[in-house]
Amino acid sequence: MKRHALLVCATAASAALQLASAAEISGKVTLKGTPPPEKTIEFDAICGKLHDKPVTTRHYQVAADGGLANVFVYLKEGPAGKTYTPAGDKVPELDQINCLYEPYVLGVMCNQKFIIKNSDALMHNVHATPKVTGNKEFNVGQPVQGMTIEKSFPSREVLVRFKCDVHPWMFAYMGVMDHPYFAVTDKDGKFKLPGDLPAGKYTVVAYHLKAGEASQEITVGESDKKELNFTLQVKTQ
Amino acid sequence: MQRNDCSPWLTRYAWSVAAATGVLIWIGGLVTSKGAGMAVPDWPNTYGYNLFLFPVSKWVGGILYEHTHRLVAAGVGLLTLILAAWLWARETVGAKRWAGLGAMVLALGLLGARQMPVYITLAALAPAVMACGVYRAIKDRPALRWLGVTALAAVILQGVLGGLRVAWLEDQIGIFHGMLAQSFFVLMTTIALFTTRWWRDAATRLAEVRSLRGTFLVVTALIFVQLALGATMRHRHAGLAVPDFPLAYGRLWPRLDANAIARYNQQRIETVAAKPITATDVVLHMAHRLGAYAVLGAIVLAFTRARRRLPSGHPVRRATAFWLGLVLTQFALGAVTVWTNKAADIATAHVAVGSLVLVTGGLLCVVACRRSNVVAREAAKITAPLGAPATATATI
Repeated sequence: MKRHALLVCATAASAALQLASAAEISGKVTLKGTPPPEKTIEFDAICGKLHDKPVTTRHYQVAADGGLANVFVYLKEGPAGKTYTPAGDKVPELDQINCLYEPYVLGVMCNQKFIIKNSDALMHNVHATPKVTGNKEFNVGQPVQGMTIEKSFPSREVLVRFKCDVHPWMFAYMGVMDHPYFAVTDKDGKFKLPGDLPAGKYTVVAYHLKAGEASQEITVGESDKKELNFTLQVKTQ
Repeated sequence: MQRNDCSPWLTRYAWSVAAATGVLIWIGGLVTSKGAGMAVPDWPNTYGYNLFLFPVSKWVGGILYEHTHRLVAAGVGLLTLILAAWLWARETVGAKRWAGLGAMVLALGLLGARQMPVYITLAALAPAVMACGVYRAIKDRPALRWLGVTALAAVILQGVLGGLRVAWLEDQIGIFHGMLAQSFFVLMTTIALFTTRWWRDAATRLAEVRSLRGTFLVVTALIFVQLALGATMRHRHAGLAVPDFPLAYGRLWPRLDANAIARYNQQRIETVAAKPITATDVVLHMAHRLGAYAVLGAIVLAFTRARRRLPSGHPVRRATAFWLGLVLTQFALGAVTVWTNKAADIATAHVAVGSLVLVTGGLLCVVACRRSNVVAREAAKITAPLGAPATATATI
């Protein structure tokens, strides 16, 4: 009993130490330039009833100060010599609600189970179109409200497209990484990578489906909290 | 046995099947224009239901287009089977007749088994049957039964290709599916033409058209290539890879460097078929545009030659005028497709009129390639009694 208590204490102390020595990277992605205007989605009669005001496409979701949402931010390479397995307690979910995918962009780890759910009282099909070898394309029907399916992708890919062919305006995108250090920018363009990053030198990439990609190298020491800002640009020439 | 007496009912029926094929191509175009090709994720079932028992209440969104396409396709398949059986039955007797009809019923029964290995086996056999059918059709001319067999094999192959496109999630199959559809349409109209009294009676008037056969063949081949480019573009979702017309990104030929492609993608705000374009997509689109100018020019040339070589009022001369009208319409539809940001109805009309341009070319080739000596022999055989031995061995 005494030995057991000692073991628990040691484990807790080790975890606390690790947490205390972990670095943290956060920041913001800003869009420079004027993107083309979004288009109003022409819903069919059934889906149109689910919205009381016009809904537009979500290619560029830009805050007033230029913060760009839905940017997938990730470490180009995870911490050296480490392999990660997805935590079983956290199951990412891609929902179909009011004839739209939510969220529009999300991230998962390789082989991590994620759930695709149909919250609508109408038929959808979920058609994933990965391009990287190992990730299998699939197209499954979800005709019943509340229906869920569980899927995973084995290979790293940025980004896998999901579409509904019943409602061809429905798209979502999923980043699949071989480590857990990724995030998606919020409506203000802000992101925060998981806070247990070991000290080291990393390349951080910010990828947006339309605005493109930017990357920066960063060195973090133990317990560092670093801010990293990216600017993506709408090309004119 | 050759039987060449014209049956008005057969003619009407054959043209009806050809018309149904045209409708099917139009619906197929609608399916891709609406981005609904994969709206029904299973095949041969429909969301787990038998194709014919899928509840009407579930025909919504993209499912409506894809499911209707499948149903009409099944209908065209059945109509083709009946046509093939009809042609076979009227040109054969005894054991040969029953063996042929039995084989057709067997094919139908195998399709009814709804097993993937059976479908794949039938599809694998179909090209050989089609090749054999075309060979025999030429050898045994003017008998039509082998063209019926060819059509039946083609429609089975076409149906299985459509199904495998869904089941195997392969875009490339969709391109073959689209091109086989166009070829099948030409075949069905050709069969229908061969059953007509006009075909029989026009024999003496067609000799003078033969000088145009080279022109018609080249132009029709060009149209086929152009349709192949269009089908590839459609299945790569590259229809709007260049969003302006007549210029291309404001230039005669668009820039294709990586920076330019990135800029094009940044400016694309898709509501459907969201997919980044590549330099290949842009080149493919431009090739289709250049193809359109080439086809237009070639048909103008064919029209001019027909006017010069054929007397006023000649049906082939009139047909080339119709051909020219069609291609001008098609050209305009192509432009409007771009200007309307690929509006589904316009893009679908572009597919449908494109198939009519090919069919017109195909029929003109058939007419122009008819040999005068064969024409005479065929005309003679028309009066031969039923059951008389076959003598025609001519080839096109």
